[in-house]
Amino acid sequence: MTRFHLQARWLAAVIFGLGAVGRADVLPEDRTDLLYHRYEGGGLTVQGPSVLVRKKFGDSFSMSYQYYEDLISSASIDVLSQASAYKEKRTQNNLGFDYLHGSTLYSVGFINSNEPDYKSNTAFFNISQSMFGDLTTVSMGFTRGWDKVGEVDKGVFQRYVGSADHRNWSVGLSQVLTRNLLLGLNFEADESDGYLQNPYRGVRFVDPEVARGYAFGPAVSPNTRTGDAGSAQLKYYLPWHAALDGSYRLYSDTWGVLANTVKIGYTQALFTDWTFEANARYYWQKHANFYSDLFPFENSQNFMSRDRELAQFHSLTLGMGASWEFHPPWPHWVDKGTLNLNLDHMRIDYQDFHNNLVASPIPGDEPLYTLDANVMQFFISFWY
Amino acid sequence: MSNMHCWKIAPVLLLGGMLLGGMLLAGCSPIQPWVKPYEREHLADPIMSFDRNPFSASYLDHVFEVREGAHGATGSVGGGCGCN
Repeated sequence: MTRFHLQARWLAAVIFGLGAVGRADVLPEDRTDLLYHRYEGGGLTVQGPSVLVRKKFGDSFSMSYQYYEDLISSASIDVLSQASAYKEKRTQNNLGFDYLHGSTLYSVGFINSNEPDYKSNTAFFNISQSMFGDLTTVSMGFTRGWDKVGEVDKGVFQRYVGSADHRNWSVGLSQVLTRNLLLGLNFEADESDGYLQNPYRGVRFVDPEVARGYAFGPAVSPNTRTGDAGSAQLKYYLPWHAALDGSYRLYSDTWGVLANTVKIGYTQALFTDWTFEANARYYWQKHANFYSDLFPFENSQNFMSRDRELAQFHSLTLGMGASWEFHPPWPHWVDKGTLNLNLDHMRIDYQDFHNNLVASPIPGDEPLYTLDANVMQFFISFWY
Repeated sequence: MSNMHCWKIAPVLLLGGMLLGGMLLAGCSPIQPWVKPYEREHLADPIMSFDRNPFSASYLDHVFEVREGAHGATGSVGGGCGCN
């Protein structure tokens, strides 16, 4: 077994085409984005192209299509601990429709994701409305996802190990507070049931009969999970053609994960056609109730996990971006374009996940694991 | 659907109902905009958008989601994946 997966994949689709802080009295802009993305860190590289096309038809309809590709090469700590390095490819296709009636925008869509051992289908519906002289926009959405989880060994599909269903409800509010200040509020509740664990990851437990002092066994996660997330964000216009923004999010779920996210950002327009951005994001998480880096013995609990996404950790991400706007002379139907480069550096400091690849005379006494990763996005956008 | 789950989504249903009621009442509301249309020049500036590039913002959101236990309520748009 060479791969590992996360059940959160369907979330890529949850908010495609939905904008809790957007306007409801206009259709989305006609635009095309061509993106190259690259993530590199912790022995894992994920890169690939993506394209998004949005086009209006008349005054009431808009349609969008997105193609997305991941080329994955992994030799992460999870893979090296229990399996071997691997490469694989994932593709995703999104199709969305928007219908504008008065000040109400209706959005529906469907998303399909495919890779050798994970199939995912997602459908969504969202409605948003502007009111009070367009100072307020409210939105509500529902998303339903169906996943099939399988196993691959040496590039050959073996079997499906389970399926998972997901439901997500969301409400949002965008409010103009003053001529310089915007507020956004979002709340989501989601529920998942079925096979919610990673088939390639096991748990570590103390085993005196093994030379290194520990062994790996199967992980067992609950087959239901419900979570709530609420966030608030503010954006303020500064008189020197700049903007300052900040946001806070609180998350909790029935697995015991509790997380806080704080983000601040600064945007500066310069020389009429340049825009620069800088931002910082801090995240802290309490571990799931059934998480442990090292269990005292085999089958010591009914639910057990060593997924580091469920561990206790904090992380800091620093990002910057630059955008250059241009007006191409040809073709005539293109109004403008932008060239964009975004760079982010993420560091995660785990507080109860140890690097078991470092030999230690005492199991569980290995150094704590840290992850440093760089994320790069280069994209060109056209409006027409 | 368990009782626990009903309680979990009750706030969403309540807030959704309130928002729906607000939508229905908006048509007969006497509330006047306190920021006039001609005072929204700054708000209309692209740098004031919560997501100037939703395609890109959603990709980064997903990079976080697959590495963290929390997700949702980011208010961003678009798709993307930084899986595994």
